[in-house]
Amino acid sequence: MTLAPVFFGSLARRRVATLFSFAAIVLGVALGMAVEAVHDAALTEFGRGLRAMAGAADLQVVGPRGGFDEALYARLAARPEVAEASPVVEVETQLVDSLDTLQLLGVDVFTLARVTPALLPRPAQTGAAEGDARFSILAEDRVFLSEAAQQALGLKPGDQLRLHAGSQPLELRIAGDLPGAAENRRLAVMDIAAVQQHFAKLGRLTRIDLRLTEGVAPAAARVALQAMLPAGVLIEAPAAAENQAANLSRAYRVNLTMLAAIALVTGGFLVFSAQALSVVRRRTEFAFLRAIGLSRRSLFAWLLAEGALVGLAGGLVGVAVGHALAWGMLAVLGGDLGAGFFSGLTPQLQFQPWTTALYVALGVLAGMAGAFLPAREAATVSPAQALKAGDEAALLGGRGHPRLGLAILAAGLAACWLPPINGLPLGGYLAVDCLLAGGVLLLPVIASALAWLLPTGGPVPSRLAAARLGAAPGHAVVAAAGVLTSVALAAAMAIMVASFRDSVDEWLGQVLPADLYLRVGKISSSGFLDEPQQGRIKAVPGIREIRFTREDSLRLAPGRAPVALLARPISGDGHEVPLIAAARPGGGAPAIWVSEAMQDLYGWRPGQSVEVPLAGRPVALRVGGVWRDYARQTGTLMIDLEDYRRLTGDRLANHAAIFLAPGAVADQVAAALKATGEPGALEVTDPGFIRGMTLRIFDRTFAVTYLLEAVAVGIGLAGVAASFAALAAARRREFGMLRHLGLTRRQIGWMLAQEGALAAGVGVLGGLLIGGAIGLVLIEVVNRQSFHWSMDIHVPWGSLAWFAGGLIALAALAAVLAGRQAMRQEAVLAVREDW
Amino acid sequence: MLELTNLSRQFNGRRVLQDICLRLHPGEYVAIVGESGVGKSTLLNLIAGLDRPDSGQLALDGAHYADLSEDALTHLRRDKLGFVFQAFHVLPHLTVRQNVALPLWLKGLSGAAADGPAQQLLEAVGLGARAASWPRELSGGEMQRVAIARALAHGPRLVLADEPTGNLDPANAAMVLALLAERIRGAGAIGILVTHSLEGAKTADRVLHLTAAGLDG
Repeated sequence: MTLAPVFFGSLARRRVATLFSFAAIVLGVALGMAVEAVHDAALTEFGRGLRAMAGAADLQVVGPRGGFDEALYARLAARPEVAEASPVVEVETQLVDSLDTLQLLGVDVFTLARVTPALLPRPAQTGAAEGDARFSILAEDRVFLSEAAQQALGLKPGDQLRLHAGSQPLELRIAGDLPGAAENRRLAVMDIAAVQQHFAKLGRLTRIDLRLTEGVAPAAARVALQAMLPAGVLIEAPAAAENQAANLSRAYRVNLTMLAAIALVTGGFLVFSAQALSVVRRRTEFAFLRAIGLSRRSLFAWLLAEGALVGLAGGLVGVAVGHALAWGMLAVLGGDLGAGFFSGLTPQLQFQPWTTALYVALGVLAGMAGAFLPAREAATVSPAQALKAGDEAALLGGRGHPRLGLAILAAGLAACWLPPINGLPLGGYLAVDCLLAGGVLLLPVIASALAWLLPTGGPVPSRLAAARLGAAPGHAVVAAAGVLTSVALAAAMAIMVASFRDSVDEWLGQVLPADLYLRVGKISSSGFLDEPQQGRIKAVPGIREIRFTREDSLRLAPGRAPVALLARPISGDGHEVPLIAAARPGGGAPAIWVSEAMQDLYGWRPGQSVEVPLAGRPVALRVGGVWRDYARQTGTLMIDLEDYRRLTGDRLANHAAIFLAPGAVADQVAAALKATGEPGALEVTDPGFIRGMTLRIFDRTFAVTYLLEAVAVGIGLAGVAASFAALAAARRREFGMLRHLGLTRRQIGWMLAQEGALAAGVGVLGGLLIGGAIGLVLIEVVNRQSFHWSMDIHVPWGSLAWFAGGLIALAALAAVLAGRQAMRQEAVLAVREDW
Repeated sequence: MLELTNLSRQFNGRRVLQDICLRLHPGEYVAIVGESGVGKSTLLNLIAGLDRPDSGQLALDGAHYADLSEDALTHLRRDKLGFVFQAFHVLPHLTVRQNVALPLWLKGLSGAAADGPAQQLLEAVGLGARAASWPRELSGGEMQRVAIARALAHGPRLVLADEPTGNLDPANAAMVLALLAERIRGAGAIGILVTHSLEGAKTADRVLHLTAAGLDG
């Protein structure tokens, strides 16, 4: 450590450049840490809740959201492998006149105590006789709320709870709490028969928890019991739901972490810029150190340590800021950052030592990666060469490694064809990395090409700026690398978001063709329209056509998340569906229309014959086509409503699309529709409202993305300014000589402005090219493999042009300001070596 | 003609130059020698118009520096002065020919128009074959020859050389000084060489000694 002051002291001498590198690393580490900490907290809480609910259950029988025949319970309970079975009806409900939702479990308290005792209700002491209180557990109008649910809803035992049940409001009295429920789980429990009755699930169960006989292996029991289950009903380990939730949110989490990586990569490039310039300025110092005995390897290691120190400081501060950020995100956005994966949870932030250490290490890695090339460059220069005048140009004037750059770009192209690994688009991320690295390596070529295109005549400042770009592209590269990175990622995100938004907008137009839409609350498992209600709606005057939709969810494969099922009127050619591929119309089996996720996850193709479990039996269907579904990512099946009703006997509906008769007034029809149900039970909206609200939510979601981009670009630009300042300081003698030759300060300022604009222009040009390619990768590979959504490509040319122009202008300004600082020294001082 | 009349300059209360008088005609090449700190470079800076005297007058071809603005002095340097520095100050990102052409660019010549005279000068200093080279490919002596060619490219009336051999070995130093004298005389310009080396000073037509008492010789 004896040489520490020699090297680390250099960081203190160039405080501004060090500060920007540090800030970018802090930002990257903090964002990554925050996203990771929030999701860790949410998943931990989600898992804890599931484990409490599963209790001593070894296996769980699960089926479609609509449930399965309760006779299965008796058959399973009689099996020798099963010691205890506990039936459950699980319903997601919505409070009347509120957007709050609540998970409601219908349980059999007698079996509950032996399988999942944590869910046992505790009657409140309300002055009623003890016996009455005990029997309240079986009453059909009593409900028990966990402590978290009581707090979240502002209710207490004795209060009334109003829920949507079908198209009617259901009033329940809170009779007590759930002392064993997980601390932050919002949950309600009531008698199973009451839930079946209130929510049209008579004779149906949604889950059976099984405790196996001692000595029976769960794997063996699972095989034996699965054989007796009807189609669409699966037997799974209790951890499966936890894994499904983790898988569902993982792609979202990884994508957010990628955004954090933008800042971290920018930080790495800023370290590169700062170190590259510092190494040039300190070449004689290194030559001296080498001359007095410092080995090449030691010099390399010390310069790498400089980068590592910046990374370590950024990493340590970053994880602290990240934890504070996570705390704020949990408080404001919740455990899923507003994505809706973990509704009903109130996660608590916990310190994760290994994750924290990993993010500190990532900061160090970013610092070392940025310092690597300059350190190698410095270590390879011979001391004699380092003392030679004009050596700056030799160090930074290289043409880079265009062949290596092209090879890396080709590798990136190849990575796009890699299939998702464990559900993650790792090939896509690799392609993004390759594009960035290849782009930076090709920067000198882009700089030379741009210099070649520039006119050779014109004012002297322009000629000098162009000559410098052509002869020493490395100077421009040092400043442009950070610009390229931040512009590429910002442009890519802009193209992806614009494409996504336009596609969603067009899709909304396709899926919302009606004049009005009616539904019972936002939760389809508890809010539905029965046949009498459907009849009343049909009888409303002013309606030309009504299309009812029934929603359910199906389980097609063990370990996989349920698939949504939508039953609605569809013609034989499926023209009402936003199709992207269709089979030739054919007879035979009824058609089913599958979302892109089904195509990706289950390999279903147009024209293929498939078996779908409906009403407990496998039904042969033909895939009529593939359609876009931006609302769900685990797969959606669409079937004609008549076919569905014929195959299942289920006559309920969840919502309706209403086409008005000519001359009908929408507001009047909407009022009449609402009047067919209990006050507040039915919601009627026009498609414009739904469309506007959806796009508002979309914009709000991506506002965070834009904010992160802006910060990354801002830091990138600040880094450019720091690079220019360092370059300008190193060129004081050149400015002095030019002043001797007769260039005015203004001319030198103009020359610097053009140099800045050219350097930024190289970065922006490269960034836009690479950004366009990354945008394609995000759209065609990352999004497709993460969320199974395709989209039409839309390039926001206008915004990108403004962005690029603004950035070049700012870079030019930064160069002038940096140069002005360097020109403060008198020309006479600048050229003298012996002053 | 260059005229210095009672030129004085002081820094932080310390008088560096006192009542300096000098008159030089076109074609005259003088060397100024003196001990370190005696004010040689200060005098050169005043003559270059990069510094202003506290008192006294300076004029080149009848143009009085005191009457010229900062911009006008810049234009004077651009049109009438040439410089040769100890550390060469050849721009690393311009080729050898472009470096020599730079003063011609400043006078408004296009790249192509400046190339011819620049090439001629490079031939004259023996570097015609290195015109397309980069400065980093040259030796110290070669770089100083480029600097001499650059100093003369635009036909200056006055060439100022400040320790032009300070970074060179004796053989190269002798060659550079001879070349400088030859080119300045050939161009009919006024030449002022500032040096520590008495040997080098002998290449000039006359040697002036700068001391605390003034300039004599």
